[in-house]
Amino acid sequence: MNPEQQETLVQANETNGHLHTHGDNHDEGYYWSEEWWKHHGAHQPNSFWTKYVFSQDHKVISKQFLITAIVMAVVAMALSTFFRLQLGWPGQSFKILSFFLGKWAPNGVMAPDFYLSAITIHGTIMVFFVLTGGLSGTFSNLLIPLQVGARDMVSGFLNMLSFWFFFVSSCIMLLSLFIETGAASGGWTVYPPLSALPQAIAGSGLGMTLWLVSMVLFIFSALLGGINYVSTVLNARTKGMTMWRLPLTIWAFLVTAILGILSFPVLVGCMLLLIFDRGLGTSFYLSDIFINGQALHYSGGSPILYQHLFWFLGHPEVYIVLLPALGITSEVISVNARKPIFGYKAMVYSILVIGFLSFIVWGHHMFVTGMSPFLGSVFVFTTLLVAIPSAVKVFNYLATLWKANIQLTPAMLFAIGVVSFFISGGLTGLILANSALDINIHDTYFVVAHFHIVMGSSAIFGMFAGVYHWFPKMFGKMMNRKLGYAHFWLTIVSVYGVFFPMHFIGLSGVPRRYYSNESFAMFDSLTSINQVISLFAFLGAIAQFIFIFNFFYSMFRGRKATQNPWKANTLEWTTPVEHYHGNWTGAVPVVHRWPYDYGKPDGKKEDYIPQTVPLDPGEKDGGGH
Amino acid sequence: MTTLLICVVIILSVIFIARSIRVMELISELKPKDDVQEQHKENKWNARILLLFLIVMFIYFGYQTFSYAKYLLPVSASKEGAISDKMLWINFAVIGFVFVCTQILLFWFGYRYMYQKGKKAFFFTHNNKLEFYWTAVPTVVLLGLIGYGLKVWYDIMLKPVPENKMVIEIYARQFDFTARYAGKDNQLGYAYFKLIDGPNRLGIDSTDKASHDDILTTELHLPVNQPILLKMRSQDVIHSTYMPHFRVQMNNVPGMTTQFCFTPTITTEEMRKITKNPKFDYIMVCNKVCGAAHFGMKMNVVVESPEQFNQWLGGQQTFIASMRQQKSTMAMK
Ligand code: HEM
Ligand SMILES: [Cu+2]
Ligand SMILES: [Cu+2]
Repeated sequence: MNPEQQETLVQANETNGHLHTHGDNHDEGYYWSEEWWKHHGAHQPNSFWTKYVFSQDHKVISKQFLITAIVMAVVAMALSTFFRLQLGWPGQSFKILSFFLGKWAPNGVMAPDFYLSAITIHGTIMVFFVLTGGLSGTFSNLLIPLQVGARDMVSGFLNMLSFWFFFVSSCIMLLSLFIETGAASGGWTVYPPLSALPQAIAGSGLGMTLWLVSMVLFIFSALLGGINYVSTVLNARTKGMTMWRLPLTIWAFLVTAILGILSFPVLVGCMLLLIFDRGLGTSFYLSDIFINGQALHYSGGSPILYQHLFWFLGHPEVYIVLLPALGITSEVISVNARKPIFGYKAMVYSILVIGFLSFIVWGHHMFVTGMSPFLGSVFVFTTLLVAIPSAVKVFNYLATLWKANIQLTPAMLFAIGVVSFFISGGLTGLILANSALDINIHDTYFVVAHFHIVMGSSAIFGMFAGVYHWFPKMFGKMMNRKLGYAHFWLTIVSVYGVFFPMHFIGLSGVPRRYYSNESFAMFDSLTSINQVISLFAFLGAIAQFIFIFNFFYSMFRGRKATQNPWKANTLEWTTPVEHYHGNWTGAVPVVHRWPYDYGKPDGKKEDYIPQTVPLDPGEKDGGGH
Repeated sequence: MTTLLICVVIILSVIFIARSIRVMELISELKPKDDVQEQHKENKWNARILLLFLIVMFIYFGYQTFSYAKYLLPVSASKEGAISDKMLWINFAVIGFVFVCTQILLFWFGYRYMYQKGKKAFFFTHNNKLEFYWTAVPTVVLLGLIGYGLKVWYDIMLKPVPENKMVIEIYARQFDFTARYAGKDNQLGYAYFKLIDGPNRLGIDSTDKASHDDILTTELHLPVNQPILLKMRSQDVIHSTYMPHFRVQMNNVPGMTTQFCFTPTITTEEMRKITKNPKFDYIMVCNKVCGAAHFGMKMNVVVESPEQFNQWLGGQQTFIASMRQQKSTMAMK
C-alpha cells in the first residue's frame, strides 16, 4: 500500500460522521467535501498492480468478484450439464464425458463416485461462490459506497483481503476436482459421518479436506466483506442520506451482511469440529460406527448436532442469497416501471422480519432426522410465518407494476423473472414447511425443484438483472439489448422447463442425489420426463453463452454509456462515467429526498427527480405523506 | 478428433457472431437511427412475448399436471398417509390458486402497462388499508394451514404408540437394509456395534434373552391393518428408511435409534389391482446419500393378510437358531 492510500484509508476511518472522535483538524464533513477530492483526487492508483490487481477501490473489487463468480458459475454449470446427461440417459456412453472427465467417465459413462462429487461441487459453488460471494461481493461492493454517497468502503484494505480470500478459496475448490481420490461427495451439506470417513466414500479423503479448507477461507472472505458493508452503510452515508432514504438495495445488502456476520461464524465452528473429528479423533459428530469390518473408537457424538449447526447457518444462508436479489429487483423494477416502489416502509420491515425469522426456522430441514417431533412443531410454526413478509413483498411488487409505465429492458425482464420464481418457489415452501407433508417429500426431487426455483433461479436472475442494469456503471459501456432479450427468454423458458417437472418427479417418490433410477422399476416411466428436463438444461446452458459473449464483447466494444442511461434517481448515477478512486470528482452530493420519486405529479416534463434535487417549498418527501 | 472439430466449430461461430454484431453496429452507426424509437419497438415486442409466455406457461403446466398425474404415487397404503395426502391436496389447492392469480397479475401488468411516451405512471406510494388486508389475509390463511398441519403432525408423530403395535427394527448399512422382527416377546434384543462379528452383522447380544426369538430378514413383510413400530438404526453413515407408498420416512442415524409408527392398510395384492400393474411391489429405498452405491440401496416390502404373514414369519429362522447353525457349520469345517 502506498502512503497516499494509507492516508486515504485513515482519513476515511477517522472522518466519517460517527467515528469522528479524536480531534484532528478536519471538520465533520471533510470526507465528503470538495477539499477531500482536491487533496486526494490527484493520487489515483496508476500502476497495473495497484489499479487492477491489489486494488482497494470498491468498484474494481466488485468487478473482480463478478468475473471470478462468472468463471466459477461456468464450471458449476458445466458439471450440471454432465450430470444431466447421466440422469437423462443413464449408462449411455458420451464422448464428451470421456473428453472432459477422463478416468472419471470410463468408456464415456460417468462413474457413480464422480456423479456425487459433481453434484456436491456444483451445489457448493452455486450456493456459496456464485450466489453468496459473487452476488454480494459484486453488488454490495459496487453499490453500497455509490448509493450511500461514500468515497469507498470504510476499510479498503479489508475489502481487498475479502476478495483475495475469496479468490484463493475458489482456486482450492476448483483444485479439489483434480485430485486422485475425487472431490468432496456428500452433497453440498456434507453431513457426517459420510463426510468424516474416507472409508465411507473416496471423496471424503483429501477432497473433503480441501473442501473444508476452501470453505473456511470463504467464510473469512464473507465476514471481512460483511463487516465492511455494515460499517459503511451505518457510518459513511453522505449528508441527508438518512436510513429512510436508503434505496432498498442498500437495505437488503445491509440485512444480508448482518445475517452473514451472525451465522457464518457458527459454520466455522461447525466445520472446525468436523475437522477435529476427521483429523484429531474427537467424537463431536460420530458415534457407534462399524465400517469396513472395523468398529471405530468414536463414541458419544451426534450427527444431528452437525445438522443443527449447519442449518443454523444454512437457512439464513438461503436468505443471504435471496435478499440481495430482491433488493436489486426492487430497485430495477421501480426505475423501469417509472413508478415508486409500492410500500417502501413495508418492504424494509419485511426484509427485517425475514432476516429475523430466518434464524429460528432451521429445524425445518430436519423433520425426519430423529429430532424431537415436538421441536419439529415449533419449527413448523416459525417457518410458515416467513411466508407472511414474503407475501407482502410479492403484493408490493405487483402493486408497483400496476398502472406503471414499464420499460422492458433486459434488467427489467430479469427482475420480473425474479418475482415469478419467488412466487412459484415460495409457494412450494409452504408444502415443505408443513412437517406432516414433508415426511414424504423430504430429500426428493420436490425439494430440488423448490430450492432451485426460489433460491437458485431467483437469485441468479437477480444477479443478471443487476449486471444488465449496472453494467454501464461498472464498465462505462452499454450491453447489447437484443442479446439481452434472447438471453432472458431462453433462460426463463429453460428454468421452468427444467424445474417445474421436478415437482412431479418428487411427488412420485424419486429421491435426490441418485446416480440413476434404474434399480427401481417404479421409476422407469419417468425416464422420458428426465430426458426433457435434460434437454431444457442444455438449452439453458447454451443461453448462458449468449450472456457471457455479450458481457465480454460489450466490455470492450459496447456503445459508450451516458451518465444516467436509465434516468434513475440514486446517487451512483451522479458519478462520472469514468472511474476515480474516491468516486465523485469534487464534493459528494447532498441528498434531499428518498430514491423513488418516479412519475411524481409535479407538472414537470421529466418523470424522475434524482435524490440530489432539493425539495420544493411545501413538497413532502417519501411520496408526500 | 470429433471433439476437436466441435471445438473449432464453436470458436468459429463465436467469432462469426462477434463479427456480425460488429457489422450490424457499424451499419446502425452509419444511418443514424432514433434509439428511443427503436427501444420503443423492442418494448412492444417484449410485452407481447410476456403475455405469450404466460399463456404458453399455463398450457404447459396444465399439460404436465394432467399427463404426469398417472406417474404420481398411488393412494396411500397406510392410515397415516391417507390423512396427510388429504392435507396435501388441500394445500395444493390453496397454493395453486395463489400461484395462478399472482402469475397472471405479474405478466399481465408487464404487458398492460408497457411504456408510453409522454405518459407518467400513477404515483402510488402506499395505501395502509390495502397493505393491511394483504398482510391480514395471508396471516389468517397461514394460521389455518399451520393449525391443520400441526394436528396431522401430532396424529402421525406424537400420539402415543398403540398397545398392540408390532416392533420391527430397520437396520441400515452401506448398502443394504436388514429387518429384525422382535419375535413372540415383541421385544428387540440388545445390540451394540462392538458386538458386530461376522454373521452377527447387527451386533446383537446373544446373552440377552429378548434377542433369542428375534428374526432377521432381508425382505420386509407386514400384516395388513396391524400398527407397526419401526425402529431405525445404522451401522456406518446416515441412511434414510423411505417407503413412499406408505408416506413413511425416518433417518437411520448411527449412534441413536429413531422410530416411526404406521399402519399399512392395503395389501400388495390389492395394490396391484388398484394400480392395474400385476408386477407392482412396495419398496423401501434409502433416501439419504450414503456412498457411491446409494442409488441402489433398497429392500422389498410385502403387505399381506395376517395368516400369510404368520406363515411367512414361521418359515424364518430365529436369531439364536441361526447363530447355532453358523457355529456348528464352522465347527464342522
Ligand atoms: C415461504 C418461504 C419458504 C418456506 C416455507 C420454505 C421451506 C422449506 C423447507 C421446509 C425446506 C426443507 C425441505 C426438506 O428438506 O424436506 C426447504 C428447503 C430449502 N429451501 Fe426453502 N422455504 C422457503 C423459501 C425459501 C427461500 C426464499 C429460499 C432461498 C432463497 C429457500 C431455499 C431452500 C433450500 C436451499 C432448501 C434445500 C436445502 C437442501 O436440503 O439442500 N427456501 N425450504
Ligand atoms: Cu431453510
Ligand atoms: Cu443408504
